[in-house]
Amino acid sequence: MSQEISLMKGNEAIAHAAIRYGVDGYFGYPITPQSEIIETLMDAAPWKTTGMVVLQAESETASINMVYGGASCGKYVMTSSSSPGISLMQEGISYLAGAELPCLLVNVQRGGPGLGTIQPSQADYFQTVKGGGHGDYRLITLAPNSVQEMADFVSLGFELAFKYRNPAMILTDGVIGQMMEKVRLPEYRRRRTEQEIRKQCPWATLGKTPDREPNIITSLELDPEIQEQNNIRFQNKYREVEKNEVRYEEIKCDDADYIFVAFGSASRICQRAIDLAREEGYKVGMIRPITLWPYPYDIINRYADKVKGFLTVEMNAGQMVEDVRLAVNGKTKVEYFGRMGGIVPGPDEALAALKEKIINA
Amino acid sequence: MDANNIISPENLVYAKPLLMNEVPMHYCPGCSHGVVHKLIAEVIQEMGLQDKSIGIAPVGCAVMAYKYLDIDWQEAAHGRAPALATAVKRLCPDKLVFTYQGDGDLAAIGTGETLHAANRGENIAIIFINNGIYGMTGGQMAPTTLDHMKTSTSPEGRDVHTTGNPLKILDLLALLDGVCLATRQSVHTAAAVRKAKNKIRLAFENSMQNKGLSIVEIVSTCNAGWKMTPAEANDWMVENMFPVYPLGDLKNI
Repeated sequence: MSQEISLMKGNEAIAHAAIRYGVDGYFGYPITPQSEIIETLMDAAPWKTTGMVVLQAESETASINMVYGGASCGKYVMTSSSSPGISLMQEGISYLAGAELPCLLVNVQRGGPGLGTIQPSQADYFQTVKGGGHGDYRLITLAPNSVQEMADFVSLGFELAFKYRNPAMILTDGVIGQMMEKVRLPEYRRRRTEQEIRKQCPWATLGKTPDREPNIITSLELDPEIQEQNNIRFQNKYREVEKNEVRYEEIKCDDADYIFVAFGSASRICQRAIDLAREEGYKVGMIRPITLWPYPYDIINRYADKVKGFLTVEMNAGQMVEDVRLAVNGKTKVEYFGRMGGIVPGPDEALAALKEKIINA
Repeated sequence: MDANNIISPENLVYAKPLLMNEVPMHYCPGCSHGVVHKLIAEVIQEMGLQDKSIGIAPVGCAVMAYKYLDIDWQEAAHGRAPALATAVKRLCPDKLVFTYQGDGDLAAIGTGETLHAANRGENIAIIFINNGIYGMTGGQMAPTTLDHMKTSTSPEGRDVHTTGNPLKILDLLALLDGVCLATRQSVHTAAAVRKAKNKIRLAFENSMQNKGLSIVEIVSTCNAGWKMTPAEANDWMVENMFPVYPLGDLKNI
């Protein structure tokens, strides 16, 4: 970690962190509220320094398929977009998962459905963690709630993606993408040489050498018996991810009677709501899922025996609340509060909802 | 004369290319794909580029092209091969990167990726099989289907007034500054095969020399989809396809 502290937007932090991590290629298409990522990269011109390729594609469809091509070579490749663009990428994400290709995707969410708004939203939760594209696959999903985590999760995303040969996504929103905070960027790392990639990724298509069979990257298998075995292999991998990679943050849960569950920018709002609640004498805490898949079911289930209720605060119509209900499994009250279409709720609204739906209900 | 007297090293003037795998092909007898695969294998072998070649297979009849050539392959989503190839070549500029695509893949669903890769002058080669029909899915109309040509989705024959004219996408691509070679060939005679091979080699040389995008269209037969014998299909192609898709270089710089 660099000792130098910078002030920048979340989107800019992702771009700088990518260059410093030694990313080989970024392929993207402009869309609000995340265009600072490609603009920052173009301004930094890393092809002159680290050799990183940065290309503005003709569409999100092209971007995600460029990611597929680059990932097939074992390169560190990434793209970013916002909700409508991410919808356009879903076919490609399914192919990436089906071909077991590691890469980093960034969704700086905006309000939907359709063209929707350009204001922040968390309404792509279902799309990201429950599917989105076709077939039985999972996307490793990281939900930063600060500019520092936007920078940190670039490296974490690539590490998890390559550890499991699976695409990883940073699921964030227009608040975190646009707000400016202090950040310590990671130290510069050298990009890997071709020999290093061949060693790290023996499956990569970098040209067949005499000592091995051809490498073939595909998600196609016409024999259903073999394709079922492929699916079983994917599912076993997903169980491993669920076992090893759950990440969350507990805030003031030790003495809590009531717990907020919120991720990303909604968790920042809840942090303030907790302070307001405690000033009024309510013992309120928060569980902040950092990985949305794999989801922190166990910790929520453990607190379900101790607390009087959970309130999810989400910038959507109530999506993550379904996972909290699964985790709580009827042991105590679970309710949802949220705003939609690009509206960011205030801490006072969150606290009022907690009182109305849980404390006084 | 005993056959063993004939099979001697000095008489061996023709052989299966070393890069063709020992597996049965799924292509219909009489189809042009097998010949074009063989030409690609020969050219890569002759250029000594096996360890530098990355092929991108399409969706369509050639979806399993990766089974037949002994090189590294990526299998693309339908129409997206030029996007994959763009990234591969930019990230690995010393490699031979080529796509192998049919007319549905390249000229319908993948038009955007094809046109923009060409316009950016990506240093890749595209081998484009144009047989005027969707072969893999059972003979439906393609953008390249001829006027009045019967397919399973134009059973009365293509009506160009309602479904558009045969798309001469090579002519379009030849207009773009990023394209260094746009040539239309065929493989229906020994002479045509030799010409097509030379153009494939030129396209691959262009990719290695980073001269821009090369596209080699092979006007091909789909005797199964056209519901003809292989010989009839060859004659029909010469009579009907060549007037719409005339052979030769549209651009070679």
